Amino acid sequence: MEIIVCIKQVPDTADIKIDPKTNTLIREGVPSIINPFDTYAIEEGVRLKEKYQGKVTVISMGPPQVEDALREAISLGVDEGVLLSDRAFAGADTLATSYTLAEGIKKIGKFDLIICGKQAMDGDTAQVGPGIAEKLNIPHVTYVKKIEEIKDDYVQVERLMEEGYEVIRMPLPALITVVKEINEPRMPSLKGKLKAKNAQIITWSAKDLEAEEDRIGLQGSPTQVIKIFTPQPRGKGETIEGTPPEQAAKLVEKLRETKIV
Amino acid sequence: MTDTTDSTAQTDNGESMIEIKITDKCTGCEKCIPSCPYGAIEVIDKKAIIKDNCTLCGACVGSCPFKAIELTKKEVKMAGLDKYKGVWVFAEQRNGRIQSVVYELLGKGRKLADQLKVELSAVLLGEKINKEAQELISHGADKVYLVDHEKLKDFRDDSYADVLVDLVSEYKPEIILAGATSIGRSLIPKVATRLETGLTADCTGLDIDKEKNILLQTRPAFGGNIMATIICPNHRPQMATVRHKVMKEAPFDENRKGGEIIRIEVDPKRIPLRTEVIKMVERMEETVLLEEADIIVSGGRGLGAPENFKIIEELAKTLGGAVGASRATVDAGWIPYAHQVGQTGKTVCPKIYIACGISGQIQHLAGMQSSDIIVVINKDPEAPIFNVATYGIVGDLFEVMPALIKKFKEVLGR
Amino acid sequence: MEYFLTEEQVMIRDLARKIAEEKIAPKAQELDEKGEFPWEIIKVLAQSDLFRVFLPEEYGGLGGGVFELCLVTEELSRACSGVAVSYAASALGAFPILLYGTEEQKKKYLSDIASGKKLTAFAITEPEAGSDAGAIQTTAVKDGDHYVLNGTKCFITNGGEAEIYTIIAMTDKKKGARGASALIVEKGTEGFTFGKEEDKMGIRASATRELVFSDCKVPKENLIGKEGGGFIVAMKTFDSSRPGIGAQAVGIAQGALDRAIDYARERVQFGHPISSFQGIQHMLADMATQIEAARALVYAVARMVDKGCKDIARPSAMSKLFASDMAMKVTTDAVQIFGGYGYMKEYPVEKMMRDAKITQIYEGTNQIQRNIIALALIKEAAKRRKKK
Repeated sequence: MEIIVCIKQVPDTADIKIDPKTNTLIREGVPSIINPFDTYAIEEGVRLKEKYQGKVTVISMGPPQVEDALREAISLGVDEGVLLSDRAFAGADTLATSYTLAEGIKKIGKFDLIICGKQAMDGDTAQVGPGIAEKLNIPHVTYVKKIEEIKDDYVQVERLMEEGYEVIRMPLPALITVVKEINEPRMPSLKGKLKAKNAQIITWSAKDLEAEEDRIGLQGSPTQVIKIFTPQPRGKGETIEGTPPEQAAKLVEKLRETKIV
Repeated sequence: MTDTTDSTAQTDNGESMIEIKITDKCTGCEKCIPSCPYGAIEVIDKKAIIKDNCTLCGACVGSCPFKAIELTKKEVKMAGLDKYKGVWVFAEQRNGRIQSVVYELLGKGRKLADQLKVELSAVLLGEKINKEAQELISHGADKVYLVDHEKLKDFRDDSYADVLVDLVSEYKPEIILAGATSIGRSLIPKVATRLETGLTADCTGLDIDKEKNILLQTRPAFGGNIMATIICPNHRPQMATVRHKVMKEAPFDENRKGGEIIRIEVDPKRIPLRTEVIKMVERMEETVLLEEADIIVSGGRGLGAPENFKIIEELAKTLGGAVGASRATVDAGWIPYAHQVGQTGKTVCPKIYIACGISGQIQHLAGMQSSDIIVVINKDPEAPIFNVATYGIVGDLFEVMPALIKKFKEVLGR
Repeated sequence: MEYFLTEEQVMIRDLARKIAEEKIAPKAQELDEKGEFPWEIIKVLAQSDLFRVFLPEEYGGLGGGVFELCLVTEELSRACSGVAVSYAASALGAFPILLYGTEEQKKKYLSDIASGKKLTAFAITEPEAGSDAGAIQTTAVKDGDHYVLNGTKCFITNGGEAEIYTIIAMTDKKKGARGASALIVEKGTEGFTFGKEEDKMGIRASATRELVFSDCKVPKENLIGKEGGGFIVAMKTFDSSRPGIGAQAVGIAQGALDRAIDYARERVQFGHPISSFQGIQHMLADMATQIEAARALVYAVARMVDKGCKDIARPSAMSKLFASDMAMKVTTDAVQIFGGYGYMKEYPVEKMMRDAKITQIYEGTNQIQRNIIALALIKEAAKRRKKK
């Protein structure tokens, strides 16, 4: 089974703090990590490989330092890393990113299943997975919480919905995006880390992909960010004092006033 | 170029397509620095410098009071841009029932359409849904494009995308709004990708730029720590998925006149069904769904043990609300993942959010800080969650919660 | 301080730290409370190759030694030394085979130990033979192709959980200390059962159990080294393992200091964080200095062992003695800095104080360590005198 996992390197938002004076993000020294949702995608890919043999390739688009994320994926059991890196890819929105990754996947060639995390932690768009599937003209299922069965020509998955889950079967090759519930990612192994240290990361530029220049990067992005601002901080709230029964009574009264309760 | 710094994307023949540069209008005022979400601007010797980690996102351009930052991009307008008219709302239905987010979209859509002086339409796909089409008109739709076919009874990415793309190509709306639900966030990216147009996910604010008559789409990023306003100037339709419970529902008027239902016939052969739903498993729970709830009672590590979630459940039940949980409790296996609120769980914005024994890690805040009222019960007065509290109670939750449950039962007569 | 770790050693330390922080620390309190063996975590350690670090490459190891073992033990101990000792005890049980085993024995056992598929345990202590190891009662009587074991071992770390046991038994009681031999006994061997499970003060996640042998037949190929060489095997094993106890002590102390510093910065009294008071500052400074001194000694001795230094008994004993006494003092001080909260189970430092105590007791009490050190000193002095 040939599996491709798409990952993104993101700033570790757990480490992001807000400067209370300027109300802006403090990004000094914030480390870059593999998007947490993508770690579930990597784990699922490696588990499938362990069960059915084959190969797991991890692919990412980004600046050269994304190589670290690809090496980390290799230390977790992935076989190969492909980095799509070119200044011309910069400024890509989800459409241009979907196009670029799809072109990278086409260049990798054969695959049975593409696995993505449900969304990236920085952008939270959840659009690139379905976008790649569309560009490759393959079916996709989002929010997968379990792969029930995988055969030569189809995969059967459980997709998390608001009110429960659906069991869906679709033909391969296909793309899934996965949620946290699907597995518990393993820790890297020392052998994996040693392998990752020496691994050759394949790097492809826009030219290598023969990508159309008005479909990549900022030029290929229909959307534009025109403003970034920090939301108004919530005003300091009211502290309710008293004994527990008094506190409860005061709170109940306040909430009753809102007429929601 | 000696006095400009720039970051340039180049094609292989060296021709510069896009560049961002800081012209000599720069005074080194540093106003641009916080505007950059990637920390790629630095001021050296009273002059802003753009560093290599710039992603050309353009967020800094508008922040400069001296208009010293220029981001140039070859403007390629899509052909026939002006032919696109009207605001569409994707009327998501499940089991034949219109989802409440649709009425919220109609509420917002009505305003946008009025500002643009265009029609507001809804697109409804399903089977035997005439009555629901009428509902949409009662909620403000001028037109309803109704596609009624047995193959469209349940949502499938493939079939819905094909039908929707065909409709868009035929009727050319300038704006399409859909709920940022599990269906909307799966289907709409597929449609936008096929239409090769822009899509902004999970918007919390929508407006019209009156000069350019384009849609201003505002959404949180970095876990709600920053907000970004996004436009799609040169492509149509402008597409957005919108977060549930942010917009106000459109008023219902049974006698609303003037609405028109347009029935669309589709060739069943044109409806592909690559994915097959084997079965649907409904979650069996006494309490309400997190995403739908007006009131959420959430528990954290302060509960001490899994069995203490029953206190949370009891209050949630008393108030007719849902049960939420912090990541720590889910990771410890105290409660299923479906209850997790926060960055790796669900983003919620109920009217009242009651956080008990939750310290308020940034991951958790990202998932709930846009709630209308936040009540915090925690014994540690220094817990960061108090920073977002509307009402804070410093105390032992094992004393406060029972008192609260008792009092609510008393006043609500439950 | 800079200890000039190699790139690979940094990798080992960082991975052990990551596992300690992400997988062990969140569970430490629960493990302590329930006293359950941490199999889930042991599997993570195995899958991450941490059992490979101290074994040679030809047996599936990564080619490191006692130093690498110490790095891992220290990091795990910062989060939970109950987990750390379960890990380190497996190395302890492996040392007799590694040091004195035949090629066949190494091939047969070490690769499963390296992969973490099987845990090991080392058994010398008996109810009547603690510090007085010469008083061992368990016998191994040769009978044709077999040894027949009878007797009881107690306080055996990893007892019941390990698959491979290296034990010291008397093959010839008349010869006293020279009549002891080391043998490998596999779990499941007929006549080999487990007795009482101990309910301990600290390191509660680890298993401590009695081993009971009654007419337990073990093939003669399971003899480690020579018949009668059992005490040499045991002493050399301890020479290699004692820096590991030192590392465990350093880890516990470091964990306590980390928490004490965090707490001192947060805790406000008289309108100021207590970290701004010089009394607390001096305590923290002393704690850090003592930890660093112990760490430097442990690392130096571990490197001596790996370089094959002879006469390692004295420095090895010193590293264990100094580090464990230090850990007891530092964890006691950490509880003091936490004040009343420190005494409560809700806060992590009282566990560390309980965990630290055992490092002064096992693998030779600190009194025995002093005996070893003093004996070496006196012998050396006598030697010098002779030369003159």
